[in-house]
Amino acid sequence: MRAILTSKWTKVVVFLLCLIPLGGLVWRGFHNGLGANPVEFIQLTTGRWTLRFLVLTLCITPFRKLLNLPDLIRFRRMLGLFAFSYLCIHFLTYLVLDQSLDLAAIWKDIAKRPFITVGFLGFLLLLPLAITSTAGWIRRLGGRRWQMLHRAIYFAALCGVIHYYWKVKSDVRMPLFYGALVAILLLWRLGDWFFRRGSTATKLSPQRAPANPSS
Amino acid sequence: MLIRKATDLTYADVTPKPVYLNRRKFLQAMSIASATAVLSRRLYEFAAPSQTALAATKFSGLIKSPFSTTEKENSFENVTHYNNFYEFGTDKSDPAKNAQNFNISNWVVSVEGDVAKPRKLSMDEILKIAPLEERIYRHRCVEAWSIVVPWIGFSFSNLVKLVEPTPKAQFVAFQSYYDPRQMPQGRWAGIAFPYVEGLRLDEAMSPLTFLCVGMYEESLPNQDGAPVRMVIPWKYGFKSIKSLVKIKFQSKMPPTTWNIANPQEYGFYSNVNPNVPNPRYSQARERRLGEFFMRNTLMFNGYGDQVASLYNGMDLKKYY
Repeated sequence: MRAILTSKWTKVVVFLLCLIPLGGLVWRGFHNGLGANPVEFIQLTTGRWTLRFLVLTLCITPFRKLLNLPDLIRFRRMLGLFAFSYLCIHFLTYLVLDQSLDLAAIWKDIAKRPFITVGFLGFLLLLPLAITSTAGWIRRLGGRRWQMLHRAIYFAALCGVIHYYWKVKSDVRMPLFYGALVAILLLWRLGDWFFRRGSTATKLSPQRAPANPSS
Repeated sequence: MLIRKATDLTYADVTPKPVYLNRRKFLQAMSIASATAVLSRRLYEFAAPSQTALAATKFSGLIKSPFSTTEKENSFENVTHYNNFYEFGTDKSDPAKNAQNFNISNWVVSVEGDVAKPRKLSMDEILKIAPLEERIYRHRCVEAWSIVVPWIGFSFSNLVKLVEPTPKAQFVAFQSYYDPRQMPQGRWAGIAFPYVEGLRLDEAMSPLTFLCVGMYEESLPNQDGAPVRMVIPWKYGFKSIKSLVKIKFQSKMPPTTWNIANPQEYGFYSNVNPNVPNPRYSQARERRLGEFFMRNTLMFNGYGDQVASLYNGMDLKKYY
């Protein structure tokens, strides 16, 4: 398993798998498969894939620990950047095809329609994470600060779920499904943090005194 | 890594190899089987989207209506495979898939309430109320998309005159058919059924208010509200109630489904109005199916000349 995870080719395969939704859209585009309202179809599809990739990205850390597969970390940045890429397509279709790049109208729309406001907020939260996803930025920020910053992904995912929930008219099953996934992942994280803090505190305290005899 | 030797386990505890292998094989087979099942179904749907088998009646000798628009009609395919009919599911492609076996035989529409001559009308009787016309109307959904459809039917006022409303009648209440056994997806729609709608009597008497029995020279496809529906072109699409079973004349303003579900967003009138935004949709613009960019939405969906006078002196921001 470890050999598979650390192989260079696995990364290539995962990268290609992540392109399938986009490939599907392009294929449909050329085969008259986008339905009667292609713009809406593209927006819905890219929006859902953004949420799915966010959830997958958030799954990496718990799966690393629960399955004892630390090498899964090799895919986290890629999945996160794919979430952001699908979000960019989603946002671009809105800017160009819905709003014809009319900046005044876009600004008014973001301010006036709550589901657009929260969706835009999610985009703003993910933007710095995408920019600082490189090794150079991790170094520049330092591990701790970088990690703090990247916890914003939870808030971005929540924004995405609320955006979806406010968008649908009455059938809230899908938004609730994604909401439940994000909630479980967030709760796991909080629980993990809480219990780890508790256990490290009790483990470390008896060692602390002899470790620092001079102070 | 620490490797521990288990002292409390003996050779007898080891799972026999065939069992062990079988379990693996079984799990593998299961996952492969389910994955292929899902995948092949997906692939099949992808390659061959479901087509509706339509047992449609052709209409001939239709009168061309002066109320028709000259704008380009949308394709039959678009109008029948992209629409809302929440009893059959909330996705735009659901009605076409799930309404195929909808049973509309022996259909009866009950016309009742404050009328001199209440009636229970069969489809044969409805088709004889007035000569059938083709009306090409713009149809604007509250979700900011629009279509142009050649409907078939006649002005609703013909039916009103037939039953002779009493002076008490101020409103008309409409009700859709609902049968959870035929419409199992309706349970998840998030709105209450049977679907109900309503009009003020003077709105119902407008020559534009249309009792519709067909489209594209044929009887209505199941997913578009067979066998008989309303079409009210200056109001958002959800006012044009489908698969009608009850028409009641009454003195009180009737409740309407989307107003019950979300009164801040959907009012009783729900006239197409680019100046009154909905929290979800700005309503200033719309996407005509088949077009990539959006176009401006017209007041009363462009039917102001015929209907604006119905709302003289009314604050349409308040009565949305």
